[in-house]
Amino acid sequence: MKMNKSGGRLHWLLALQAVILMLLASSPHVFADEALDQAVLKLQSPKLMEVRQALPLLKDSESEVADELLAALLTSDLYRSRADDRLVVMGATMPGGVEVRRLDMATEPPGLTEPEIAKKGDFRRVATNNAMRRQIRTLIATRSLQHKEVSRRLNAVNQIFDKLDEDNVELIQSAFAGEDNAEVKALMQQALQLFRLQTGALGDQLEAAQNLQDSLQPAVVNEFRSLRRELTDIADTRPLTAQEKLLQRAASDGIRKVEEKAEFYSKVENLFFGLSLGSVLVLAAIGLAVTFGVMGVINMAHGELIMLGAYTTFVIQQLMPQQVGLALLLSIPCAFVVSAVVGMLIERGVIRFLYGRPLETLLATFGVSLILQQAVRSIFSPLNRAVESPDWMHGVWQINPIFSITYNRLFIIFFSLMVFFALLLVLKKTSLGLRVRAVSQNRAMAQAMGVRSAWVDCTTFGLGSGIAGIAGVALSQLTNVGPNLGQSYIIDSFMVVVFGGVGNLWGTLVAGLSLGVANKFLEPFSGAVLAKILVLIFIILFIQKRPRGLFPQKGRAVDG
Amino acid sequence: MNKAQRFFAPLTLAFTTSLMAGGALAEETIKVGILHSLSGTMAISETTLKDTMLMLIDEQNKKGGVLGKKLEAVVVDPASDWPLFAEKARDLISKEKVAAVFGCWTSVSRKSVLPVFEELNSLLFYPVQYEGEESSRNVFYTGAAPNQQAIPAVDYLMNDLGVERWVLAGTDYVYPRTTNKVLEAYLKGKGVNAEDIMINYTPFGHSDWQSIVSDIKKFGDAGKKTAVVSTINGDANVPFYKELGNQGISAEDIPVVAFSVGEEELSGIDTKPLVGHLAAWNYFQSVESDVNTQFIDSWKKFIKNTDRVTNDPMEAHYIGFNMWIEAVKKAQTTETDAVIDAMVGVAVPNLTGGYSAMMPNHHITKPVLIGEIQDDGQFQVVWETSGLVAGDAWSDFLPDSKDLIADWRKPMSCGNYNVKTGKCSGQNF
Repeated sequence: MKMNKSGGRLHWLLALQAVILMLLASSPHVFADEALDQAVLKLQSPKLMEVRQALPLLKDSESEVADELLAALLTSDLYRSRADDRLVVMGATMPGGVEVRRLDMATEPPGLTEPEIAKKGDFRRVATNNAMRRQIRTLIATRSLQHKEVSRRLNAVNQIFDKLDEDNVELIQSAFAGEDNAEVKALMQQALQLFRLQTGALGDQLEAAQNLQDSLQPAVVNEFRSLRRELTDIADTRPLTAQEKLLQRAASDGIRKVEEKAEFYSKVENLFFGLSLGSVLVLAAIGLAVTFGVMGVINMAHGELIMLGAYTTFVIQQLMPQQVGLALLLSIPCAFVVSAVVGMLIERGVIRFLYGRPLETLLATFGVSLILQQAVRSIFSPLNRAVESPDWMHGVWQINPIFSITYNRLFIIFFSLMVFFALLLVLKKTSLGLRVRAVSQNRAMAQAMGVRSAWVDCTTFGLGSGIAGIAGVALSQLTNVGPNLGQSYIIDSFMVVVFGGVGNLWGTLVAGLSLGVANKFLEPFSGAVLAKILVLIFIILFIQKRPRGLFPQKGRAVDG
Repeated sequence: MNKAQRFFAPLTLAFTTSLMAGGALAEETIKVGILHSLSGTMAISETTLKDTMLMLIDEQNKKGGVLGKKLEAVVVDPASDWPLFAEKARDLISKEKVAAVFGCWTSVSRKSVLPVFEELNSLLFYPVQYEGEESSRNVFYTGAAPNQQAIPAVDYLMNDLGVERWVLAGTDYVYPRTTNKVLEAYLKGKGVNAEDIMINYTPFGHSDWQSIVSDIKKFGDAGKKTAVVSTINGDANVPFYKELGNQGISAEDIPVVAFSVGEEELSGIDTKPLVGHLAAWNYFQSVESDVNTQFIDSWKKFIKNTDRVTNDPMEAHYIGFNMWIEAVKKAQTTETDAVIDAMVGVAVPNLTGGYSAMMPNHHITKPVLIGEIQDDGQFQVVWETSGLVAGDAWSDFLPDSKDLIADWRKPMSCGNYNVKTGKCSGQNF
């Protein structure tokens, strides 16, 4: 009894103290912290359902750290310590561990500590799933409608564009009043109009439909479609009123406008896809254009030289895991050297003895390709290796709501053109290039003029192989880095070189790009499998008609 | 002797000796054949299964083998070459006299060896999920049939995620085509309109996914919840997921549920763009059970690499091998016919904490799990069937096979008994 009594008194004292403290402190802050406190407790739970309950709490929290917690939760970077359940946000992997920033609730306002290095094994991830991530995205969006960065605001409006309800509308309306960026303002305007179109009375709907005529947003078009469907259904039962007819016409007009634009942009998109596929083909084939086109060597190991370039990228990235971007740039010269050296060894060791015997060269280099593949399998394991893409290659360039271009493809198109022109420059403007052209045109004459043709053969082969290595760097950003990487490109490479005309670099460029574009324009009609077959058939027929390809070499130098 | 012969002679010699070395006999062992590609395109997946078998055999030998004899593994390399599978299978059975063979990955390799196993009356344990529509007396299917993987996955998407529009994307060969045929029939039976289903096939190793992903994006913009059911095989997956990430399609917008992407495949790629996408299997490494922890530990110890992962086909071999051991114990012989008869009804622990049993149609019972991909390459289980699902050899959703059943118990002993006509077509597969 006595114990209880004193316990009760203590309780009262504490409560009194709390009330005084609350009066002293600025009151809104205390409430914000309470939501955050509860949210943090929920986040520390191992149960998915508990973590989920933290989301609305985080939404109500006024602390800025709540944004960071939500962002970390979205990217699965939020962890809790195995020892004391404290929350941490995990950053990049560093030598000796990972970078972590701990949640510090003691500071005012609560925030994250400075980064420190810790062992990843000391933390467990806070569990999330798709449904939660969807919710988090909307939460982040509603919280960042008034963010200071324009891009964040734009993202936020995009995110909740078609998910407006009574709550969100007010948020957007208040944000709209204070918004000064024209693009964000326009998007908000469209979102508000869409909301009117969805929920308003007939007069409102009609006005909204007219305001939305030029919108390309898929959500708007979908709303138009469902409106039109509804109205047609109504028209079956009773004649439409004048206003309804106007609305029906507005919806149909909107749909027609978008469909016209969509058709145009899908052609532009196909062209871009085609150029990007073509530039990959050009990259893969251009080294071959040197070895096969200029030297006349059928090198079946060309694909494996590409593969070596890709593996070089992987190794360099392993050596400097923090700097993905720099590693990628460094890989370009490294891959060139690695593949060039291997190529020169192949030339000195095998091909040099087989000049003028194409069939035997083909068999021997095929053997070399198998040896290289199995070597890679033994050294790196038969499993594919992961090559990361740097951040500046991620993402899309959203030109309008129905047309966007991915950055990585854009980079590869430019990269491929750069490699092409660099090679052209080497062949046309340097003394090595002069000798290469001399030997390929007339070996005996070049030798008589004092050109060491064996040495030229070796360097030319090295040059072609090195460029294959550079292609490997680019391909590591698009596809698997594995032992079979080369095989999937060798046939395409030969196809491009033969189609373009043996011995002509411009031919390779034109052939690669046009095959890419043709493939992509066929694909929507015929499907990917048939498109490939059709292109092959076309090339077979073309070669029947013009055996020397698009741009045949002319002049006395051409033998046979 | 011309040049080519001179070149190849030492090679052939080396090959024969290595074969003979592999077949060096010690009396009083029971031989177990392992028919998995160790080179070529399928080596990526199949090498792991060879190692799994070696580990299981090793462990069984430590326990004293079976019937008082030690087990001996005979490993051959069919090199991802389908006709070579049949030749190697013939070698294993007639020359090496193995008691049972564990092997194959692709359906085409299984179809290639099937006549050999039936002709020479031997046993094959096939550990990979497959398209169904087959039941052979000589084959035990320990991987999932469509109703143990694809159908429950579609149910999950439909009921739990509210998916109304479906993209069925696959590589162009027999497994995706048959699976998609089953799925299409199933979806239409559930009232999904034809315009809400998009079917797409791509060649093996397809690497340029721009147009297809852009099509999927447009298909998903129609306002209804959309999901992709992927039977895309092997290497083509990485560029596919990368392109999805690049075009800004996240798992929250359009989830992809895959039937061929497991822990092993994920260990070779940058998993960031994949987080949240789904896979349906009967086993995940992340499943918590004592027997699984033990299995993972012994696997890491055996392979001497703590980074290696376990996956579903490995579990299938674990179940299949233990079932074979039990059946041999029950029959007290390794003789094929006796083991086949003893096999049906055998139940052994699976790695998810339950028991799997061999059904009369030579398929097994398994739980079905759906997992979300995490950024460490593991799966978080988000859904599972309440009980075990028995593998169905002939799909109930295809008009041609809905009346067929398989039952290899006597007196029926038939792989495709038509319940309507009451006839067994006699064709075994």
